[in-house]
Amino acid sequence: MARKTMVGAAALCVLAAATTTACGAADMTKQASPYAAAAGTKTVTLSVQSWVGARANTAVAKYLLEHELGYRVDTVQVDEVPAWDALSQGRVDAIMEDWGHPEQEKRYVEDKKTIAPGGDLGVTGHIGWWVPKYFADAHPDVLDWRNLNKYASQLRSPESGGKGQLLDGSPSYVTNDKALVKNLGLDYKVVFAGSEAAQITQIQQSAKDKKPFLTYWYEPQWLFNEVPMVEVKLPSYTQECADKGAADPSTVNCAYPTSPLKKFLNADFTRNGGKAARFLKNFQWSKDDQNAVSQMIAEDKLSADEAAKRWVEKNPDVWKKWLR
Amino acid sequence: MTVHTAPPQMKTAPPGRDATAPHPAALFLRALWARPAARKLLVLAAAAAVLVPVAAAAHGSGTWPSALTVDLSKPLTGASDWIIDNRDSHWAFLYFFGHISGAIIAAVHAVYTVLLALGWAGVTAAAALIAWRVAGVRVAVTATASFAACGLLGMWVPTMRTLALMIVAVAVSVAVGALLGLAAGLSDRTFRALRPVLDTMQALPAFAYLLPVVLVFGIGVAPAVLATVVYAAPPMARLTALGLRSTDQGVLEAVESLGATGRQRLLTARLPLARRELLLGVNQTIMMALSMAVIASVIGADGLGDRVYQALSTVDVGSALAAGIPIVLLAIVLDRTTAAAGASGPPSSSARRPWVGWALAAVVTASFTLGGRMLGSQTWPDGWTVAIAAPVNTAKDWMVDHLYTGLPGIGGTADLAAHYTGWILDPLRDGLQALPWWGALLLVAALAWLIGTWRTALTAVLSLAAIGVLGRWELSMDTLSQVLAAVAVTLVLGFTIAVPAARSPRVERLLRPVLDVFQTMPQFVYLIPVVALFGIGRAPAAAAAVVYALPAVVRIASEGLRRVNPGAMESARSLGATGGQQLRQVQFPLARPQLLLAVNQAVVLVLSVVIIGGLVGGGALGYEVVFGLAQGDLATGLTAGVAIACLGLMLDRVTQPTKGARDGA
Repeated sequence: MARKTMVGAAALCVLAAATTTACGAADMTKQASPYAAAAGTKTVTLSVQSWVGARANTAVAKYLLEHELGYRVDTVQVDEVPAWDALSQGRVDAIMEDWGHPEQEKRYVEDKKTIAPGGDLGVTGHIGWWVPKYFADAHPDVLDWRNLNKYASQLRSPESGGKGQLLDGSPSYVTNDKALVKNLGLDYKVVFAGSEAAQITQIQQSAKDKKPFLTYWYEPQWLFNEVPMVEVKLPSYTQECADKGAADPSTVNCAYPTSPLKKFLNADFTRNGGKAARFLKNFQWSKDDQNAVSQMIAEDKLSADEAAKRWVEKNPDVWKKWLR
Repeated sequence: MTVHTAPPQMKTAPPGRDATAPHPAALFLRALWARPAARKLLVLAAAAAVLVPVAAAAHGSGTWPSALTVDLSKPLTGASDWIIDNRDSHWAFLYFFGHISGAIIAAVHAVYTVLLALGWAGVTAAAALIAWRVAGVRVAVTATASFAACGLLGMWVPTMRTLALMIVAVAVSVAVGALLGLAAGLSDRTFRALRPVLDTMQALPAFAYLLPVVLVFGIGVAPAVLATVVYAAPPMARLTALGLRSTDQGVLEAVESLGATGRQRLLTARLPLARRELLLGVNQTIMMALSMAVIASVIGADGLGDRVYQALSTVDVGSALAAGIPIVLLAIVLDRTTAAAGASGPPSSSARRPWVGWALAAVVTASFTLGGRMLGSQTWPDGWTVAIAAPVNTAKDWMVDHLYTGLPGIGGTADLAAHYTGWILDPLRDGLQALPWWGALLLVAALAWLIGTWRTALTAVLSLAAIGVLGRWELSMDTLSQVLAAVAVTLVLGFTIAVPAARSPRVERLLRPVLDVFQTMPQFVYLIPVVALFGIGRAPAAAAAVVYALPAVVRIASEGLRRVNPGAMESARSLGATGGQQLRQVQFPLARPQLLLAVNQAVVLVLSVVIIGGLVGGGALGYEVVFGLAQGDLATGLTAGVAIACLGLMLDRVTQPTKGARDGA
């Protein structure tokens, strides 16, 4: 009978909730998380992306918001494009690190004006192809893309079906690798690890056995401290090639650009977010700062909170400026 | 396709004349005709003989012909853009979806606020007391220990969030399921219409549901609850209908003769008599909801699932486990409590004045809540936690270090993975992809018809054809090869374990908690250790799938073997049959329906994990769904999702033994 009472009570809740909101429009963009403000506190919701650098940003922002400004911070992990959606709907208040989504930027920032730019993060991001240092030392000419075919046989894996394996990570990341392999005439197959966690695990495993590999990777990334890697030079990035790629992504045949990473805030939040919004706009740090926190999280296996705490205690001169 | 609608094959000789002119070939055919299996195959062969040359001439014998595909990417992308552009302004969203979403959020918020107000002491006391009233002292102790463990692991707040989401999702699922079940239980026509829908919903991997819900509702708790309801309501509906339909006719007639109206009959006789099934339905719904609540973390459901998901992105198995254990504990507590409620007799016999006990429970809960407040902490005290992440990670690293390359004799898990991929998966995939498209359809038709009925065969063939029409033939064959290989491994392992478990109660007792844990642990938790052991690719996906599907197979198979008539065993033994002979010639044949059910479950479960394997390099359809979710690409994600659904339906039908077998489960 307990169950029935409980179920009945819950059903009543649903019904009551439905009737109280039932007259008039219900704008989904005004609906915050049900966990927000549960104990009467001011809550900020941050989106955490799946890579560790982004977790470092969020961890430090969260720590400072909670301990210096008295907010409650919720973090939600969502992929990049859905995170833009969530930001525009107000489900999250801020994205701390964006690698460039021109289509979404146009739709939400310029057209719908539901998202506002939040300034630069202070870190510059670069995507490329990388090989481990021990492999590059033994075969220096692998660092030019023209010689990659020579090494295809050494880079084979069970999944690459007779070709060399180019290891890619999460499907959510920005990548032109399939087009690049085709347009540069490379004897490689792009193998998607499916998630960054799987990709990192694979890289660590290969590095432990000193096996060669070729991987899609990016800077800043803490893994470089553990597994030193060297970038393979691709045909250099030009505006012409970028324009061509923007029109038809399958024609890209040059390297990835180097782009300053940006923050984005929900437009309402920038207006009504008070101190928290100002703080998040001011948030700006260097690649080394980010890497320090990332490594504590991913390699030393500290909790994100603990890692943020240690960094905050050591670097007051960096973050004091953000509180103004 | 239309293979089955061909007219039945002509008999070679009319029955009256065979005494006068018995041609040997005719005799042979007639002998064949007498066996149902051969008859089905003959009909199919005849149909194939007519249709295949036509199909092959028109569309070749390679992979699915491109002339027969429909490209849905344009309209789907258009629909997705329209939804995004109009989501904030169109009336359908403002006045319909908006209210649904708002109501769900308000309900979850209300439950969460109550849980927070109770505090850790209040919640634990309430859980223990409810468990005590419903299921007795042992379950109450389990409940107390479980909630304390959630707090100790530092997971109190996420556990409460998952619990709040679960309570709302289960309440809605039970309400929706019971209504559907009521309709199906009272009307034959509704039952016939609803049944295939429910069958289909149950065969679908949970991952396939997510994308459409996200598109309409955005990410967050509301879409998570909705996806959970879609996933968890079918068992409730199915069992409600079953309970109502199986009411004893004699009782009904007796009630009718007393002059009861239709409504009185329902309320006083049919519903109370179906109590067992109703409670079993609630139990099943809770278990399904819990597993979905974790998967829904991909779309921002927060709570324990989100912790698991976040831990995995830092390759942190220990933290993932710390968030996974509360899920298992919640599952065990909820399962035992609801199962006990279903097993006990009618409510009147349990206590003469039940309200006294409940009042007592309420008072104790209130006093614990107050006591907790006086101690000054509503959430679990920070100091009272045990960090298990670090030791677990050390243990995992040690294991991986020693297993990856260093096993004597067989090399290591890395070699094992390479061999599994190179020697089993690749040939199987290439073989399936090289199969002419009509050949695949024919094969599926034959298998499904031999095991099931012509209806199941027709559904199976149509599902496979739908995959081709959607243009996902090659990818689906890839996924299919992964499923088949993993199912084979699961069955070999599962039956090997099931035989001793069926023979010795002690083995069974030892095995049971292990199986419980493996089955309720969220699939995500397995993904990182398997990558560390097997690298990325299809091998780790298969390993995770085997681990996940094994418990169900062992359980169903050992149950089936144990239930084999002892008389038959006894007589086999008295005839001097050895252990192996008994197994092969008595136990396996007699337990055939259960074993087929085990195969069916293995297929459905393996498929669901192979899809999630897209997160560890499994590729194929799973990757497309992950890609669609990650890039918000409805065209890719939804098409792949539908293809998965069709594949699941096809596999389910091909392995579905008899019509009613699944109703009992």
